[in-house]
Amino acid sequence: MTIANFVPGEPNSLAILFFVLFVGLALAITWRAARRTRTTEHFYAAGHNITGFQNGLALAGDYMSAASFLGIAGLVALKGFDGLIYSIGFLVGWPIVLFLIAEPLRNLGRYTFADVVAFRMRQRPVRIAAAIGTLSVVIFYLIAQMVGAGTLINLIFGLPYEVSVVIVGAVMLTFLLFGGMIATTWVQIVKAVLLLGGATAMALLVLSHFSLNPLTLFDSASDKNGAGVLSPGSLVSNHWDAMSLGLALMFGTAGLPHILMRFYTVPDRQAARKSVSWATIFIGFFYLLTFILGFGAMTLVGQGPISAIDKGGNAAALLLAENVAGTPFFGFIAAVAFATILAVVAGLTLSGAAALSHDLWVNVVRHGEAPEREQLRVARAATFAMGALAIMLGIALKGQNIAFMVGLAFAIAASANFPALLMSIYWRGYTTAGAVTSIVTGAVSALVLIYISPTIQVDVLGHATAPFGLKNPALISMPLAFVSGIVVSLLWPERSAQERFVEVERKTHLGDAVPHPAKPALVTESS
Amino acid sequence: MMATYAAGLRDETYELAAPEAPEIDHEALDALTARRFRFALKLTGVMLVLYFGFILLIAFNRDLLATKLVDGLTLGMALGVGVILSTWVLTWVYVRWANRVYEPAVAELGGVR
Repeated sequence: MTIANFVPGEPNSLAILFFVLFVGLALAITWRAARRTRTTEHFYAAGHNITGFQNGLALAGDYMSAASFLGIAGLVALKGFDGLIYSIGFLVGWPIVLFLIAEPLRNLGRYTFADVVAFRMRQRPVRIAAAIGTLSVVIFYLIAQMVGAGTLINLIFGLPYEVSVVIVGAVMLTFLLFGGMIATTWVQIVKAVLLLGGATAMALLVLSHFSLNPLTLFDSASDKNGAGVLSPGSLVSNHWDAMSLGLALMFGTAGLPHILMRFYTVPDRQAARKSVSWATIFIGFFYLLTFILGFGAMTLVGQGPISAIDKGGNAAALLLAENVAGTPFFGFIAAVAFATILAVVAGLTLSGAAALSHDLWVNVVRHGEAPEREQLRVARAATFAMGALAIMLGIALKGQNIAFMVGLAFAIAASANFPALLMSIYWRGYTTAGAVTSIVTGAVSALVLIYISPTIQVDVLGHATAPFGLKNPALISMPLAFVSGIVVSLLWPERSAQERFVEVERKTHLGDAVPHPAKPALVTESS
Repeated sequence: MMATYAAGLRDETYELAAPEAPEIDHEALDALTARRFRFALKLTGVMLVLYFGFILLIAFNRDLLATKLVDGLTLGMALGVGVILSTWVLTWVYVRWANRVYEPAVAELGGVR
């Protein structure tokens, strides 16, 4: 079509303008939120004042990372059908969160998922184990986001990689330190609205070239690139690999600390339920859109120009924006992509900081007895430390092959966090030793197995073969975590944990409410 | 007193409660926990079968999924979109169950009508 104005690595003034507008908006929100952030309740859980609908948007904002926006659109543009397999995998975890985790989690915990696991157990061992599970997921996920951020901003805005990483880290830390979870939530909501709105507009613009019929678009894509783009290609060549990755994606979502933490921002169980329902609708809708965007980029931009800029296809959505609506829209979409990274990084950093300060400092070092002012001070210090760590790791791992890290983060979440969380909510016989065993076994086996897998041995280290066959460890490490936790709990039963299970049940269903079965006045009045 | 069961568990309703909580019926509590868990497991099972069914079809019967239904649509794409839509349907099934079965059961357990 036209000659693209988008030159990778050249500063684009419109993109920068939109980006500055977004950061300005985020800082205005932070300034308002900062006045209300005076307690840890506000800092970690936005005062439990977010509505179900708002939290649904924020969850979607937390989940729709740059990887899913630019990455999946690019994957569909370059590989067609195979790109769809990823987006479906990321979506199917959400109903699991809804059915099994969201509502009990909201009622049983306060700030972190460790609150739930440790509810009826001995605090210190469980908190330490859960912090290990949280931090390993958060750090791998953060590295993937920071390295992606540096590369992406370098591509879009032309800023040097290191400068990009520092800017992302500094902006994120500014609104986290002042506004805590309230600011983070609103940044995620604004970003989700911009992303859903931008992607919808772009999909409509694409479809306007094809008489608003997606089938005409897909047909023209297959005319141009061969019928193969509409059917499975080589992505799922080994069914064990596919099942292992599928397992990690499906159950990993229910073990992602930054997603779980979001459920504490709503006032009650019902709002937690509403949050996941809305999030599932938004994220599903978004993945349906990426399908149109991917095939649109394939047809309107062409696979050649896309892979010429970035072999992974990350430029597909941006080139498509410029193709269908010119440079201003490109600037808008580029700024949305940046906002996307910022929001995800903020959520991750906050959940890592909560593990450091709430789980390790307050509950392990101080035995849960720290005064409020100290807790808030430690929370901010931990946030600063996590942010600084994210920046350093982002710079240190420049140019490294980090594609496996998101898959690894999901595998650890599915193996270390999810089994412990599930059993602590539903199994009376679960014990302190069992919880510690399943978390440590899940985390360590996932890490060891991925190290000896082709993902590291062949793709990163360049060896010819690997001792362990699966590319993602979840198929082994998740069952291992369940089995080890169950065996240890059965071998060494813990009486107090069993006796206190009734409190878990009561709180799961009734929350903090005091039940009063015999209250005749209330019954007669309402009936 | 218009205490609805959906919002009725919040603090305001319980201002009327006796200061000391009476002993709750443990058997009813266990039964409700088991009931909720069974339903959640069933829906999780359906999601697992749908998703892994899709993945295994891709792995083992690629040609079937390449079948063209109409111009621009293969069976594989239709099934893929179907899995996405199934997450919405399952979410709807769960929310409906929660509103019609679970919340009234919780209200009964907590003594709120």
